[in-house]
Amino acid sequence: MQEDYIIQIKDLHKTFHTNNGSIVVLDNINISIKRGEIFGIIGLSGAGKSTLVRCMNLLEKPTSGSVIVDGHDLTSLSESELRLARQSIGMIFQGYNLLMQRTALDNVCFPLEIAGISKMTARMKARQLLETVGLSDKAKAYPAQLSGGQKQRVAIARALATNPKVLLCDEITSALDPTTTQSILALLKDLNQKLGVTIVVITHEMKVIEQICNRVAIIDKSHIEEVGTVDEVFRRPKTAAARKLLYERSEHIEKFTGNGRLLRLVFDGSSTDRPIIAEMVLKCGALVNIAFADTKNIHGKIYGQMLLQLPEDPIAVNRILAYLDAENITYQEETDHDN
Amino acid sequence: MTIRELLDLFRQLYEVIIQALLPVKDLLKLTAEGFLETLYMTIVSTAAAYIIGMPVGLILTVTDKDGIKPTPLVNGIIGFIVNVLRSVPFIILLIAVMPITRAIVGTTIGSSATVVPLVIAAAPYIARMVESSVKEVDRGVIEASLSMGASPFQVVYKVLLPEARPSLLLGAAITTTTILSYSAMAGVVGGGGLGDIAIRYGHHRGQTDIMMIMIVLLVAIVQVLQAAGNWIARRNDKRIR
Repeated sequence: MQEDYIIQIKDLHKTFHTNNGSIVVLDNINISIKRGEIFGIIGLSGAGKSTLVRCMNLLEKPTSGSVIVDGHDLTSLSESELRLARQSIGMIFQGYNLLMQRTALDNVCFPLEIAGISKMTARMKARQLLETVGLSDKAKAYPAQLSGGQKQRVAIARALATNPKVLLCDEITSALDPTTTQSILALLKDLNQKLGVTIVVITHEMKVIEQICNRVAIIDKSHIEEVGTVDEVFRRPKTAAARKLLYERSEHIEKFTGNGRLLRLVFDGSSTDRPIIAEMVLKCGALVNIAFADTKNIHGKIYGQMLLQLPEDPIAVNRILAYLDAENITYQEETDHDN
Repeated sequence: MTIRELLDLFRQLYEVIIQALLPVKDLLKLTAEGFLETLYMTIVSTAAAYIIGMPVGLILTVTDKDGIKPTPLVNGIIGFIVNVLRSVPFIILLIAVMPITRAIVGTTIGSSATVVPLVIAAAPYIARMVESSVKEVDRGVIEASLSMGASPFQVVYKVLLPEARPSLLLGAAITTTTILSYSAMAGVVGGGGLGDIAIRYGHHRGQTDIMMIMIVLLVAIVQVLQAAGNWIARRNDKRIR
């Protein structure tokens, strides 16, 4: 059976022309996003991810290539057809982009007004949506009176007003604190499950991808470097760009470690909440130094990575490696990085 | 002293005061007329200039190279006309457009005749004011409404105008006071109003006291207009609080 793709991007190129010459922002991008999934696109700033998501509703016109959303090639539509198509592609932004002179309720009514829906019906729908995002008591508040998280909830309600099939999220948690980020992500996941809306998440934060995405694409220097399930890509990154992104934060720590060999363990959720390192030390009778650790417990499973400094004794090292193999923990030896 | 004598004294006092106040009565009448003429010129000119200047300002914004429908040709032509009109000093424009004034109003003298050059001078000014107000609207909000499938027309009247409302109101207060001060120059061509009185009595007849009264009145009107404009703009801004 052929996969049911809701968004297909084929041979997409985007070049910006500036006074200082042309800049290639997206180069030969091919992505297929399945109906109903939460798809993440992660990359450092300047990688082109924001331009890529703007190509998905043609806010940014591709230089060449096609963008097929729900069976329609957006690049071949007339302006009025494109406006209609955009009503089934919701979008949320880092800066919320709410209308500052309208109440929360009227902000949610806004896309319905554009779609030509009667005021009565629009208000009813908007009230429902505000309830869905947990803000029914703030219907009459203006954006200036709301917190960042509340504003983003209004923006989500607004984006959902026209029952879109796709929700594009451009760095929507980057301006929020960790607790608010968690609640917004939980809301998105919930909406994905309840409404079946396909969600595309653009971010530079691994945590966002880990928490809600089914599949992820890694974008670096205008190219898609890797696409796969979050488990696959985060456990065994195939490309240098992916490794750089995933291990970014531990890079500077490595420089401070001594002469011992360094082993990087990757926890992908398959190992359960057990004191693995302590067990390893006891069973192997070998001491290790934890040079770096960034792990978290999600639903009783361990995700993240750890950098161990191994003992000098090669026999002890072998015992440790054997233990890790037996426990099915992914590891790789760190060699000196050139970069 | 009897009550009769006391009443007589009061009557004499009253006569003296009335005699003293007679020129003041004339002055009051003169001032009231000038005040109404100034108000008439300012209000009619501002309204008419907005009817022309507002759409021009919106077209300038929409057709700008960063606008929602970039159209360099239209933007260039309208921008050029606006700049030319803006660069002619009002006192010269007042005289230069006299044939147009005569064609429209039938005369070049009086308050109504002054409205024509006032509108010609104020409309391009308003166009630029509106343009700068509307350009303050956050690019992201415009992008968001485009992402919902809004047409350029919907963006203008559902996003740009309401979102720029406080700034547009402030601009209107500034524009009105500018037109008010322009209208004072109308005295040169017998346009009437407080400015006309100031020039006629103060300059031609050397009655500086009357000129001073007119200046104080003009200052007071500007103050009241500006304060009212600020207050309305503030009340209409939902970004505060």
